[in-house]
Amino acid sequence: MALLDRTARGFFLTELLSGLGLTFSYMFRPRVTLNYPFEKGPISPRFRGEHALRRYPNGEERCIACKLCEAVCPALAITIEAEPRDDGSRRTTRYDIDMTKCIYCGLCQEACPVDAIVEGPNFEFATETREELFYNKEKLLANGDRWEAQLASNVATDAPYR
Amino acid sequence: MAELWTGYAWPTIIIVLQIVAIIVPLMVGIAYLTYAERKVLAAMQLRQGPNIVGPFGLLQPMADGLKLLGKETVIPAGANRMVFVFAPMLTFLLALIAWAVIPFDDGMVLADINVGVLYLFAISSLGVYGIIMAGWASNSKYAFLGGLRSAAQMVSYEVSIGFVIITVLLCVGSLNLSDVVNAQRTVWFAIPLLPMFVVFFISALAETNRAPFDLPEGESELVGGYNVEYSAMTFALFFLGEYANMILMSAMTSILFLGGWLPPFDIAPFNWIPGPIWFALKIAFVLFVFLWVRATVPRYRYDQLMRLGWKIFLPFSLFWVVLTAGVLVTFGWLPS
Repeated sequence: MALLDRTARGFFLTELLSGLGLTFSYMFRPRVTLNYPFEKGPISPRFRGEHALRRYPNGEERCIACKLCEAVCPALAITIEAEPRDDGSRRTTRYDIDMTKCIYCGLCQEACPVDAIVEGPNFEFATETREELFYNKEKLLANGDRWEAQLASNVATDAPYR
Repeated sequence: MAELWTGYAWPTIIIVLQIVAIIVPLMVGIAYLTYAERKVLAAMQLRQGPNIVGPFGLLQPMADGLKLLGKETVIPAGANRMVFVFAPMLTFLLALIAWAVIPFDDGMVLADINVGVLYLFAISSLGVYGIIMAGWASNSKYAFLGGLRSAAQMVSYEVSIGFVIITVLLCVGSLNLSDVVNAQRTVWFAIPLLPMFVVFFISALAETNRAPFDLPEGESELVGGYNVEYSAMTFALFFLGEYANMILMSAMTSILFLGGWLPPFDIAPFNWIPGPIWFALKIAFVLFVFLWVRATVPRYRYDQLMRLGWKIFLPFSLFWVVLTAGVLVTFGWLPS
């Protein structure tokens, strides 16, 4: 009887037809994919994207060249050189991040005592040459200026959990 | 001079124009079949499909074609150059010349020959040569395996397709494709011969190397099968040939089982629509089922494929040949 049952099911293609019915019903369901360059998904405030060096509201750069980020960086992507400025405050003369080495672990922003180096929401910074990914201080500060509004709100949102 | 004109030149021009009138819509059909395939698969997998080039991505086939035209044709060092280049041309050519006998409407056929079915069967059987030549000439393991698989598969399924065609011919009493369609004026053969219709469709899937029988290509095991070494226009010709074969098989399905150019009911709103449009709609429907099956069924294992062909379809279709013949003789329904 079981054999007859199985044979009948095989010859009447019931399983194939129910499968076809299922795929056909899927045809009219809403799409689950995003039309990426035109639509984008939501990003967490903790998202670890492109790096930026932030400034204080008065325009003074936050980084005090403590080199904690350089020390903590597991990929050795950060290089810092520092000397006292003319007004006696300690500031970096060189702050480089090799984005080809960076693993986006976020340890630099956790190590930073003044919230200077942060990873922002931007993940679309692909370049055509490798050299463009060797970020220097100017590029990082420019990123900070460009994304400041979002960076500040991200830091504020995350502050209670730090 | 005048005789030369009326006797030879003018008929030649007419025939060339008729050929162009068949080939051009066919090529557009192939281009948009690739587009439809991507869109239908995308819809069934909850994706979007091509939507950048032109409105709704409608120009995507053109972009793909231009890209393939602009690429370099690489011929492997170990390949047999002549056969390697000839194989895709043969595949494409065979996919096109079969259209000579397809009737688009009553009397609207390039060559109204009395052995139309036999011609179609012969041409679709020859199609295996393009693939096996490609597999052999590439001098590559994957391509060779793909070619061998394709040859074995097409030979196996042609047997059951042959028997299915014989059942239809028993009901028609003619090998002329127009007669086959005209014999379906009362009822489409898909209804009395439903099991044969299903067998024919599944065999057509195997014959055109479509999923779930796409073992000759078998991306996941054979990389790309027989076309693994092909690039640019040689690849494009294979691709066009494969899709032209799909359209051809759909046309055969609609002629043999779905009443060709006939409307579903011969009453007012249906018979206003001209025959070629009905024919195109039926082809489009069968093609949709081709894509639908691809979105649903995973690939067969090779021994399952052979088992289905030889141990199920062959005896089943043979049984139906005998049954149909018996019924026709018993009730005296044999076509005169």
